[in-house]
Amino acid sequence: MEIPYTVAAREDTGLNNGKIGIWLFLASEVMLFGALFATYILLRVGSTEWPHGYTILNVPLATFNTIVLISSSVTMVMAWASLMRRRFGTFRLYQGATVLLGGVFLMVKYFEYSAKFHHELFPRTNNFMAIYFTLTGLHMLHVIGGMVVNAYLWGPGSKLYKTNPEWFTNRVENSGLFWHFVDLVWIFLFPTLYLL
Amino acid sequence: MATTKTATGHDVHAAGAGHHEELGFLRKYVFSTDHKMIGIQYAVTGLLFLLFGFSLMMLMRWQLAYPGQAVAWLGKLLGENRMPGGVMLPEFYNELGAMHGTIMVFMGVVPLAVGGFGNFVLPLQIGAPDMAFPKINMLSYQSYFLGGVTMIASFFIPEGGAAQAGWTSYPPLANIATSGQTWWLVGMIFLITSSLLGSINFIVTTIQLRAPGLTFMRFPFFVWAQFVTSFLLLLAFPPLEAAGVLQLMDRVAGTSFFMPTGLVVSGQVAPNAGGGNPLLWQHLFWFLAHPEVYVLILPAMGIVAEVIANNTRKPLWGYRSMVYSLGFLGFMSFIVWAHHMFMTGMGTVMSTFFQTTTMIISIPSVVILTALILSLWGGSIRFTTPMLFALAFLPMFGIGGLTGLPLGLSVTDIPLHDTYYVIAHFHYVVAPGTLFGLMAGIYYWYPKATGRMMNEFLGKLHFWGSFVFMNLVFMPMFFLGLAGVSRRLFDGGETYQFAQPALHYNVMSSWGAWMLGIAQIPFIINFFWSMKAGKKVGANPWEATTLEWAAPSPPPHGNFDHPPEVHRGPYEYSVPGRTTDFQPQFERA
Repeated sequence: MEIPYTVAAREDTGLNNGKIGIWLFLASEVMLFGALFATYILLRVGSTEWPHGYTILNVPLATFNTIVLISSSVTMVMAWASLMRRRFGTFRLYQGATVLLGGVFLMVKYFEYSAKFHHELFPRTNNFMAIYFTLTGLHMLHVIGGMVVNAYLWGPGSKLYKTNPEWFTNRVENSGLFWHFVDLVWIFLFPTLYLL
Repeated sequence: MATTKTATGHDVHAAGAGHHEELGFLRKYVFSTDHKMIGIQYAVTGLLFLLFGFSLMMLMRWQLAYPGQAVAWLGKLLGENRMPGGVMLPEFYNELGAMHGTIMVFMGVVPLAVGGFGNFVLPLQIGAPDMAFPKINMLSYQSYFLGGVTMIASFFIPEGGAAQAGWTSYPPLANIATSGQTWWLVGMIFLITSSLLGSINFIVTTIQLRAPGLTFMRFPFFVWAQFVTSFLLLLAFPPLEAAGVLQLMDRVAGTSFFMPTGLVVSGQVAPNAGGGNPLLWQHLFWFLAHPEVYVLILPAMGIVAEVIANNTRKPLWGYRSMVYSLGFLGFMSFIVWAHHMFMTGMGTVMSTFFQTTTMIISIPSVVILTALILSLWGGSIRFTTPMLFALAFLPMFGIGGLTGLPLGLSVTDIPLHDTYYVIAHFHYVVAPGTLFGLMAGIYYWYPKATGRMMNEFLGKLHFWGSFVFMNLVFMPMFFLGLAGVSRRLFDGGETYQFAQPALHYNVMSSWGAWMLGIAQIPFIINFFWSMKAGKKVGANPWEATTLEWAAPSPPPHGNFDHPPEVHRGPYEYSVPGRTTDFQPQFERA
């Protein structure tokens, strides 16, 4: 038994199953992070004092991390574009770069976190630190999730390219959509937590 | 799809669509990716949880009717730390209350209505070979199962047992509760993941895997109901997941998201940094939990619509307006949540806004209910067991809905808030409402799932017992609530002077609950007995018009012998000039 429209688009919707699935998933992710941003707003307007992020957090490191993530989004698009032109070698290169840039982001985050712990700043210290660790922590889990999928598509998952290149390209496109979303969340997180 | 090798080693795909491999026991029954098996897994697990959740309530009803009286054998059965000498401890009562709500809503009704019926019926009704993502479908069930195991396991935590802060888990109480609450949160994250995976699958399947000719306005109403429900699950659950993460942080990492400054616990100021907001939890929780109410009711409405059209032998009255109402209802359900919070002091402007939206959302519900009632008019009704349950759904849901109006208005809510009236109101919607709808569905689609009919006599016994005793359980609660008895009392109100004239209603309600338990025995017997000994049926025993009846009963792997095509709307019953009184969607001219 074959499930229809896993690879080819259905004529009247113009989409394949995976594409709709990933967009629906992203819609639910918007609701998840939306609720947490709403929490941030409610806690901040309800408190008598709220620190400016730049007095506590390391803005240069976060700026560097923003550039890292945006670059990884660019390499992700290039990876997909290479597949569209059926250049598997360049795909491997760009896909590998995407995973590595995700790793750089995590390294920087590790140094940021340990500096905070070193200065006795924990989630329980105050609500600014609490929402900072919760939001960036949850975002980090998403980065790790995206890296796992991207690494799989770079490595063992790329076998599919030999048998069904179109399906494989769709998979890379969908994981790319998720990766851009993770990037986008960071672009909202950065000013909200570090600059405002 | 990856090609699978059978034991003989030949390639199944090369063998063609007509050939189906024999799967081993584990692949067929436990790790199945077939939507029908997953649907049955969901339904059976859901039914077991419903029975379990109901048993918790039957225990609580003893304490409410006869507060402080001992049942010796229960003490031995449940242990001295729960019921020493057979007398229930307040902490255990709280566990039962919290877990009854959680189990019934998240592990009973929703998995049966959406996971069970949605998985089994929806792909058949749209003529699909399976769900769009069969493996994700399997993961969805497994995640639900793990969530259920986590919740049940929490009863056996040596210190404090399961969650005690109610199914709503309001902080700060939930923040300072025993470790069962942490288990509850972890269990909820599994359950939320499950319904997220499920809802994506349903939406994609509905949009993509429709049979040729099946346009949206030719959908059976049940498909529409599941479609809208899936959007509610998809978009309303993530905020609760966020809230769950925040509460988990509060409990595990010591943050103060929901802990206000200077909170005093047992005479001492709590060690938290403070600055949090308990109302924040309520907003995030009800942002899910109000749409959740519609998640509970819409699939049941869909089932009732199917059963009514089939057993009145005429088209649904106002199909289009029902569909539009459904969509409007789904949208509105996202902006009514704070009518659960009129008494929190959130302000009159907020209350006015939410009472207005609440009054507006009652309109589409009434449109659907009215259309269903009008559908009966002029029909030659067959009083089969599913039809009896579907017919009973109408007045029961009507009572539940109408008694909700005083709760939705911020002024009349004040005296009724947190009384037994509220319990009676929402149980009329969910228990004799939704559950009757789901029961109708079980009797209606059982022949499709097993190839055999359920016994009509036992079915009618089950129906009349359930109908009478369901009302005996919940009707007295309206009177208790109007007498002002709070729903949160461990002794059912015994210590309050003003409650004395109403206390006998507690006894009535409790006996109703126990009798309702007995009334389910014919159903349990019927369910198993009919599997072996029920009357064998063909593809279309109810002479119905929708696509699931084109497949053999039970449908094989891949569902249909030939890919079905759709030629007309879903309810072409009693078309003038035809020899039969039904014209299936899949029949050519």
